[in-house]
Amino acid sequence: MSSTVNAENLVRKIIWQVAIYSLLVIMALVFATPLIWLISTSLKDDSQMAVWPPVWIPVPLRWDNFWTAWTAGDFGLYFLNTSIITILATIGQLLTASMAAFGFARLRFPGREFFFGILLATLMLPSVVTLIPTFVLFKNLGWLDTFKPLIIPAYFGGGAFFIFLLRQFFRTLPPEIFEQATIDGASNYRIYLQILLPLAKPALSTVAIFGFMQHWNDFLEPLIYINSPEKFTLTLGLRRFMTLTDVRFQEMMAMALLMTLPVILVFFFFQQYFIQGVVMSGLKG
Amino acid sequence: MNTTDKNTLKLLPTGPVPSNRRARNIWSSRVRRNEALDGYIFILPWLLGLLIFVLGPFVAGLYYSFTEYDGLTPPQWVGLQNYQRVLFDDPQFWLAVYNTVWYVGASVLPGVVFGLLLALLLNQKVRGITIFRTLFYMPSIVPAVASVALFIYILHDRFGLLNETLFQVFKVIGPNWLTSPNWSKPALVLWSLWGIGSGMIIYLAGLQGVPEVLYEAAALDGAGSLRRFWSITLPMISPTIFFVLILGIIGSFQIFTPVFLLGGSNYGQAAAGPMDSLLFWVVYIYNQGFFYFRMGYASALSWLLFVILMLLTLIQFRLARRWVYYEDDVTR
Repeated sequence: MSSTVNAENLVRKIIWQVAIYSLLVIMALVFATPLIWLISTSLKDDSQMAVWPPVWIPVPLRWDNFWTAWTAGDFGLYFLNTSIITILATIGQLLTASMAAFGFARLRFPGREFFFGILLATLMLPSVVTLIPTFVLFKNLGWLDTFKPLIIPAYFGGGAFFIFLLRQFFRTLPPEIFEQATIDGASNYRIYLQILLPLAKPALSTVAIFGFMQHWNDFLEPLIYINSPEKFTLTLGLRRFMTLTDVRFQEMMAMALLMTLPVILVFFFFQQYFIQGVVMSGLKG
Repeated sequence: MNTTDKNTLKLLPTGPVPSNRRARNIWSSRVRRNEALDGYIFILPWLLGLLIFVLGPFVAGLYYSFTEYDGLTPPQWVGLQNYQRVLFDDPQFWLAVYNTVWYVGASVLPGVVFGLLLALLLNQKVRGITIFRTLFYMPSIVPAVASVALFIYILHDRFGLLNETLFQVFKVIGPNWLTSPNWSKPALVLWSLWGIGSGMIIYLAGLQGVPEVLYEAAALDGAGSLRRFWSITLPMISPTIFFVLILGIIGSFQIFTPVFLLGGSNYGQAAAGPMDSLLFWVVYIYNQGFFYFRMGYASALSWLLFVILMLLTLIQFRLARRWVYYEDDVTR
């Protein structure tokens, strides 16, 4: 009797597993197909385009597409510009967001709750409300068509969301560490630099990754603030490239892939921080 | 020093009717005063940023919305004229509202539901599940500009993979996704659904936060898997669903990038898709502000969007009381 029950259970379990795997595979195909298509198209010859059945693995691989697009679209310059902006802005975010988060998490000062309440309120503020006045501000400062509007604001707090995320993390650290350091005579600046920052590496990595993505992928702000083609970012560069008349789809895909590659690499190397960050952003909401 | 102490006292959240002396004592000690000073120094960059880049522009935008302003000559006060024109004399604006609401409705709801279903699937304990998680999540980190370029190719009327497959396999002639005013919004919905991974990961975190004991207890009581989903999973992750929903609505209300890329490549400057079928709210703000240099008018449009988004969020918080379950409620 019990053996038939066991056998029945086993069959049921196997059917369940097969069902789960089939669904997983089908969905994986749906999600992966565009990406695979992106990669495969970027390596195709003209003769392998627009044929049926579609060519998934082009033979021979045409690496030339990357080179043609890279030179025709000035992408070397755009890569450099985007890297400068991304690195400088992310450093600013890490520095000032962690400072503010340390203040909110560990230091007691009058009005702390009030200011933190304001910080939370600005989380809800849709960025488009400040779009036009901020543009006017930067115009009056003479910052238009420079990298300044894309970098300098990052040195003023680095975004409410990152402060919030770091503060949540700082609060999970045992307070005894800080108290002991204070008793030993360390100033808050030393505590911040020598104790907090090294301990906060996981959370800082999360902020660094998100900051990197935010600046690397940004389109609207460069579009508004940058005019000269020699100052374009990758996103603006790809758009410009798409409007050129003699561009082939293979080259367009090659450049789309190229600007995605750093993001995917960062994702794979720092996956654990990545997921952690998304989760932190979600759970505390 | 004395005056700052008095000012800070007002902001201090003390107990019922604090005696002046007691409150003074807290901050009058040198150590505490230094700590407070350090606190202000540490939040100073953020505080300055808040004033210069957030609150300042926020208030300035409100002011501009009551003016006529081309960005060059000083703003001219016109009172409520911009708002009157937007609401009663601008069919383009109402077209933008219609398109935006259409897109929000068509992309957010499927996003929330499919995202949850995918998360449930990914929450199964089978071997190799992390590979699938990575695969499903990856599209959502592709830069929007790159993924739009990719979808412009995939959804191309003649050379696109989708229409080619529809024709060759199903003998159906696919729609003109990007050139027909009827299909441009569905095309954008397809694009947005490809990136539902971020919502899915948030759900997954929510699902993994549901205590296992609840399921075990329910199983002992003889509850089937469907019952367990309705009575345990859904209530337990309802705060997460709510969060994803709010994020989704606020985000998709501000859709801009794909339209601009499509417009730039196919329809020329300041156009918004075939026959303005992709004229969304933020696209309209951009066109008014940065193409026609009507900064005052664009500010009024921005403030209207802000008010609508705040109202929507407020309404959702109200409605949430009926269907979102917070664990603290029980203990309260």
